[in-house]
Amino acid sequence: MFDQLINGLVIGNLYMLTAIGITQIYGVAGVVNFAHGSVYMIGAYIGWMAITWLHWPLVPVILLVLAGSALLGLALERLAVRPFARAGSTILLLTTIAAGLIIDNAAQVIWGPQTQALPNPLPQWHIRLGAGTVSLLDLFILACGVGTALLLHLFLYRSRAGWAVRATAQDRDAALQMGIDVNRVSRYSFALSGAFAGLSGLLVGLYFSNIYPTMGATATLKGTTAALLGGLGNVPGAILGAYVLGIAETFSVEWLGSSYRNLVAVLLLIAVLLFRPNGLLSGRRALNPEPTAGTFIPHGRPLRFPRWLIPASAVLAAALPLFVANPYALQVLAIGWVFALMAVSLNLISGTTGQISLGHAGFVMLGAYATAILTSRLGLPFAVSLLVSPAVAAVIGVLLCYPALRLRGQYLAIATLGLGEAISLTALNWDSVTQGPLGISGIQPAAFFGYEIWSAAGVYWLDLAALLAGVWAVYRLSRSHLGRALRAVREDEVAARAFGIGLARHKSIAFGVSAFFAAAAGVLLAHSYSYIAPDTFTFALSIQVLTMIILGGRDNVFGAVVGAVVLIVLPETIRFLGEYRYILYGLLLIGMLRFRPYGLLNSNT
Amino acid sequence: MSLLSVRGVHKHFGGLHALKGVSFELDEGETVALIGPNGAGKTTLFNLISCEDRPDDGEIVLDGQRIDGLPAHLAAARGLARTFQNGRVFGNLTVLENVLLGAHTRLEGLTDPGSRPGEGVWTALREIAWSIIQPRRFRRMEAGLTEEVRDILSFFGDRLLPRLHQPAYSLSYANRRRTELARALALRPRVLLLDEPTAGMNPTETDEMSEVILQLQRRGQSMLLIEHKLELVMAVAHRVVALDAGEVIVSGTPETVRSDPRLIEAYVGKKQDGAAAASAGAVLEPSLQA
Repeated sequence: MFDQLINGLVIGNLYMLTAIGITQIYGVAGVVNFAHGSVYMIGAYIGWMAITWLHWPLVPVILLVLAGSALLGLALERLAVRPFARAGSTILLLTTIAAGLIIDNAAQVIWGPQTQALPNPLPQWHIRLGAGTVSLLDLFILACGVGTALLLHLFLYRSRAGWAVRATAQDRDAALQMGIDVNRVSRYSFALSGAFAGLSGLLVGLYFSNIYPTMGATATLKGTTAALLGGLGNVPGAILGAYVLGIAETFSVEWLGSSYRNLVAVLLLIAVLLFRPNGLLSGRRALNPEPTAGTFIPHGRPLRFPRWLIPASAVLAAALPLFVANPYALQVLAIGWVFALMAVSLNLISGTTGQISLGHAGFVMLGAYATAILTSRLGLPFAVSLLVSPAVAAVIGVLLCYPALRLRGQYLAIATLGLGEAISLTALNWDSVTQGPLGISGIQPAAFFGYEIWSAAGVYWLDLAALLAGVWAVYRLSRSHLGRALRAVREDEVAARAFGIGLARHKSIAFGVSAFFAAAAGVLLAHSYSYIAPDTFTFALSIQVLTMIILGGRDNVFGAVVGAVVLIVLPETIRFLGEYRYILYGLLLIGMLRFRPYGLLNSNT
Repeated sequence: MSLLSVRGVHKHFGGLHALKGVSFELDEGETVALIGPNGAGKTTLFNLISCEDRPDDGEIVLDGQRIDGLPAHLAAARGLARTFQNGRVFGNLTVLENVLLGAHTRLEGLTDPGSRPGEGVWTALREIAWSIIQPRRFRRMEAGLTEEVRDILSFFGDRLLPRLHQPAYSLSYANRRRTELARALALRPRVLLLDEPTAGMNPTETDEMSEVILQLQRRGQSMLLIEHKLELVMAVAHRVVALDAGEVIVSGTPETVRSDPRLIEAYVGKKQDGAAAASAGAVLEPSLQA
């Protein structure tokens, strides 16, 4: 019991260092910084290099980590945040996600994807305290946590620069008019929170004795959860939130098992978003309204094409296997069609209805698991499952998202991210149904009336047919009165409601139709991979699909298809790009938002 | 029986008692103007009537049925349409689409404003299917509505008709306000709620708007109007309700309200405040007399 409490406090301290950084940046820049975990990971790697290669003692190592990660924080502010300061908070969310993607994958290229051992340079002393023991490292982590919190407090409330930071956090424009250099404040904040993040990465590496390039993702999630628990922008709240999270996690590990650690954190995240979006410390009042109209991606209208072009391209695509014998090329294109189906479906939520979703992989996964279970366990034929599984997934998807639909902007984005994670963690933990981490193997190939589809051309035609059906349905829907109503919700929720458009109902319709087609894509993938596991469809997939629609153009069905095909085919045809695929996605996302935010197939007039 | 009655409505915002038992009636075909200084509670009252917000006490009755506390989209389905003080058009939609959205509650058999939860799932599925299949009768309904939109827009001469397919964000401020009014008319409202329809308009545009309001009046449209321009109020209102600090201070015909000392007091302060009140009264007088 006492051991658990100490454990929880130590873990809470580790989370605190990330949480105060996230909350402070939210205060100043108005964005939940999704690249925060990547800075944390880089901090850990800097420390690892200094300890294992240079054999430095701990104090200079820490100084080097602080300096290195502060510099990375500065670079992040300059390249991914400041150019978008006026573009709205949801754009900033996307650019920080893209920056995180680039940093994480660059680390993987530089240091390799494997886990590295990080030896603890501190003497292995233990102090007996009642029934438990406390190690020197525990004490050191506690000291670092309390020390930085104290330093931050002194900086914010006792120094002139801190005063400026607090003023900027309250009201950026008013601070600007009072002569505060808000860009400098923003730089300070990113440097400071970067330094904390790097230190926290190093300490976590020392605590668990190992580091790996993707360790930042969990840190971002945990830090965001702690910051939300305390109320975004509230530094003392984030400290409290981190301890609450740390202790809740250690006790759930004790009672439920170690695989539940992340699930409990994600459930806590979702619960706080639903019931206390302003944090535990605030009264239960309504969420601050965030302007959503037009802040997702700036306006654009679909480019006009000759009427025959789209049917002609469909016919051409369908005829392709007659001329192309290379099965590899057909396989790549088939995957492209499936991703295009995902992009078309996400476009209905994020383009047409203007609700940013970071959990699209969750819908894909629901479809894949539904068909794996229905066809392997219950012996349902593929042709039936192709319709039933997406329907099941859509029902589950809408039920899960329904309570979150009243959230707006970044809050909804984080909630959908949490739901996506919750779906994947449920698959990981619900052994009796999903076979847990083993995944489900031996999924039958697609078959109609007993004829199995094995050939590359057959799979190609199946996937293309599914895509065309999806494009047809979504395009018709978006041209109807319903599409008009969904756009009205995107433009102005208050005015839409005043004209009889129920918000929950219409958002549910968008999420339901979208989940149906995303899940259909999951069904197709499950039967062509023949094996799925909880990590087959990840957060990276959600971001990949989001990049596709930003590349093609918001609220543009054909743009989504083009974006998907480009992003799938490009890394396959240009061989050397393969390893850098996700770096490419990140760069494309930032580059598009910076230079052509309305997408390739939209014009800005 | 009157069409819309507001009975003893109270509203608090934290410590502020914004409405203190406001009551008034609106009859079929009547135009009632709500006037009063800034902060009197006019827009708060509008938000309660359009069900954007709910009163803490009192009731609001439309056609014999209580509507207070309904969700806003159901109030729209009962025939309440409003314009907003600062002109909330759907920026990225065209003028045509904006006005068609006003007719959303009239898409019979196609959409469903809010049935019971169980039924809601069924009607949502039906609506998705219809919007993908688009059977002929719905296409005809849409075409009929488009014709109707042209009719409504012709109210404003050639201000909006040539801009039918332009996105609303490209319109001038006055044209956005006109689009908003057209959108509200497309709902065929039982009661039309106009929140400062001429705010920010120049004298010519104001005259045009007042002509539009008179035209609607002749067609029997019942209207509730918030307006600061007393000239316009005197020209169009059948009755005036003056609010101050959350209470009705005077109500009656424009002529009686205009000359009521309590109104002048509400705008410029008490008489014993000597010179200040006298000079302020001198400023106000011409606009009240107009």
